[in-house]
Amino acid sequence: MASVTFRNIVKRYGDLTVVDNLNIEVADKEFLVLVGPSGCGKSTSLRMLAGLEEISDGEILIGDQVVNNVAPKDRNIAMVFQSYALYPHMTVYDNMAFGLKLRKTPKEVIDRKVKDAAKNLGIEHLLQRRPRQLSGGQRQRVAVGRAIVRDPKVFLMDEPLSNLDAKLRVEARSFISRLHQQLETTFIYVTHDQVEAMTMGTRIAVLNAGRLQQIDTPYNLYHNPHNVFVAGFIGSPAMNFFDARLKSDGESVVVDTGVFQIQIPAHEAAPYRSHVGKEVILGVRPENIHDRRFQPADIEPAPVTANIEVVEQMGSEIVLYLEEGGKTFIARTDPRTHARVGARIDLAIDVANIHIFDRQTELSLAYETKLEAIARRNNN
Amino acid sequence: MSQANPSLAKDSVFQSLLSGFRSARGAKRRSALIVNGVLFLIVFIWTIPTLGLFISSFRPEQDVKTSGWWTVFPHQAWTTVEEARPIPQGQTRDQPITIEGVTAMFDQWTKGVQIDADTRIIWKGNLRTGRLEVQQLRWTFNPILTMDNYNRVLAGKEYQLQRPDGTTFTVQGDDLTAGFLNSLAVTIPSTIIPILVAAFAAYGFAWMDFPGRRALFIVVVALLVVPLQIALVPILRDYVSLRLNGTFLGIWLAHAGFGLPLATYLLYNYISTLPKEILESAFIDGASHFTVFVRLILPLSVPALASFAIFQFLWVWNDYLVALIFMGITTDRSSHVLTMRIAEMVGSRGQDWHLLTAAAFISMVVPLAVFFGLQRYFVRGLMAGSIKG
Repeated sequence: MASVTFRNIVKRYGDLTVVDNLNIEVADKEFLVLVGPSGCGKSTSLRMLAGLEEISDGEILIGDQVVNNVAPKDRNIAMVFQSYALYPHMTVYDNMAFGLKLRKTPKEVIDRKVKDAAKNLGIEHLLQRRPRQLSGGQRQRVAVGRAIVRDPKVFLMDEPLSNLDAKLRVEARSFISRLHQQLETTFIYVTHDQVEAMTMGTRIAVLNAGRLQQIDTPYNLYHNPHNVFVAGFIGSPAMNFFDARLKSDGESVVVDTGVFQIQIPAHEAAPYRSHVGKEVILGVRPENIHDRRFQPADIEPAPVTANIEVVEQMGSEIVLYLEEGGKTFIARTDPRTHARVGARIDLAIDVANIHIFDRQTELSLAYETKLEAIARRNNN
Repeated sequence: MSQANPSLAKDSVFQSLLSGFRSARGAKRRSALIVNGVLFLIVFIWTIPTLGLFISSFRPEQDVKTSGWWTVFPHQAWTTVEEARPIPQGQTRDQPITIEGVTAMFDQWTKGVQIDADTRIIWKGNLRTGRLEVQQLRWTFNPILTMDNYNRVLAGKEYQLQRPDGTTFTVQGDDLTAGFLNSLAVTIPSTIIPILVAAFAAYGFAWMDFPGRRALFIVVVALLVVPLQIALVPILRDYVSLRLNGTFLGIWLAHAGFGLPLATYLLYNYISTLPKEILESAFIDGASHFTVFVRLILPLSVPALASFAIFQFLWVWNDYLVALIFMGITTDRSSHVLTMRIAEMVGSRGQDWHLLTAAAFISMVVPLAVFFGLQRYFVRGLMAGSIKG
């Protein structure tokens, strides 16, 4: 049981900086997900924490101990690799017992722990098999089992699900979440899959190009992305972006994309007022663009009309690929929507859920305001 | 009729599909047959010399020297049925001679002239005092096999042999037994020492970070291309001053040294391809470099270790030069290895090459045993299941 702290962590390979001044505090028993596109430095950060990579600059703490110069075996961590990294010449039992044997744990204790873990993971009947006789999902469980028998302070997982097929991945996701609740240990989990991140993490750290973009709960990341990268990375289909300009209209502020305009009512316009006249990026999630005929009653609609280019029937919803004035965007609409390719459709954008970013800094203009709003909502 | 037609059409489509399937399977079977046939042919061609040597080594001296090893199998050969038919007198070399109604020159008669399908007449001896032999083509084989060659070659004691006329004479056996044991005593440590050292070195080069790692590895690779002959004189001088010359320790070190660059390079190539995650996982599990080496690297490198062991074993077993230089001091034959003993045997009596067949076969047995013993370790898919699904 321990917290983990990354303090000004830098990793350089020669002139190439892959992790740039990373600061993260992971509380005890937290499930933190490091997520980002490939090459963003998430695996490198995890490997530095595991002691498999040198730290170029900064400090990593496990609990309150600086572990920069502590060998991997003395950090009391366990790691599950993407490739599982099972010992191919040992049985499942020996794979799981290996770490305990090296630590000179008494034989009866090893036996009890391995069997308990195997029972917990549903792999008791596989203990005498070798890795090559196991399916992908079973190997993955053995790899997890090898980690849990050691009772580590911190669990590290480096994309442990990416070698599983889609169905197994969904099962394994909930299995790992359950494991976290059961073990009450700190988990740090690396993935490039934002669905995994959103479903499993108690908090998510989004990384890009070696820099931390935002670290927050899944809810906050989704509803209040700090910058354009996070806004575009979290959510599927991805957020629609429009180049726009802010204009003043009496008490309210108007976002003018050149194709359509959205009027932000006076009571929501406060954070934008000081930016009137600026070039901005308007972000709207596909699920916040409704078919006007089925729009929810409680939203503040901004009308848009567009041509339908592609219709994807998902059953529970319809995904529309739209075009208007040379600009393409995506909407997720009510399943009752009557959509025909080539037809025009009347849409309504939910004004309360738009995101506006400064075009230069790419930062969200209303970040602080929304943060306060979410905090207020949580307190009520 | 109108109903039968479509089903007929369906039937014929089905038939043609089936025949297509059949012919595809036939083609597959044919190609498998060809591959197997070619393989069998290659194996056959490669095995024949060994078989010939094996059979020859059991044949009596006289047989080895007068006929080929294949004559032990039933075959058709010219067999003399009438030995001393008188020759026609008063013939000359440059005139044709007529015998039994067949005319040929004298030179041809001495090689044998066929007078009908399965009979020939051969002129033995010279023009004036020779005789004629009548030979017929008959099925025959040459079944006399004996352990004499082996007995004479293996044991170092004297042998009483009897001549055809009843007199006896003594032959000194060649005592390859001592040479055989010496060869084993040289070869086994000379195989194990470099493998152990090279495996450590290869692991270090592949997985441990230390200053000068690249440079050192380049030196090792560069040593691969240095011919060992240039090292013979300096090493011999050092051995003489260290009193290592003629000792087993000396030749073990020499062979280990000459074998190390290749061993290190080969094992490095294998060990460096083992998945990195396995080692990292072991480090996190609490393993030291030594534990990783013993518990993971060695068991997982068995195919590479076995293949190098075969190389090194064969090379040291068949080596003559290094053994001659470092073990060949004085005339003390007690420490000579098999190759040296065989060479001495040929050198001392080149006429006795029937003994060479037995000696050669004895020296072949161990490499064959080593090869067949270790080949089962060439396991494909040893790494299966460790990484990926």
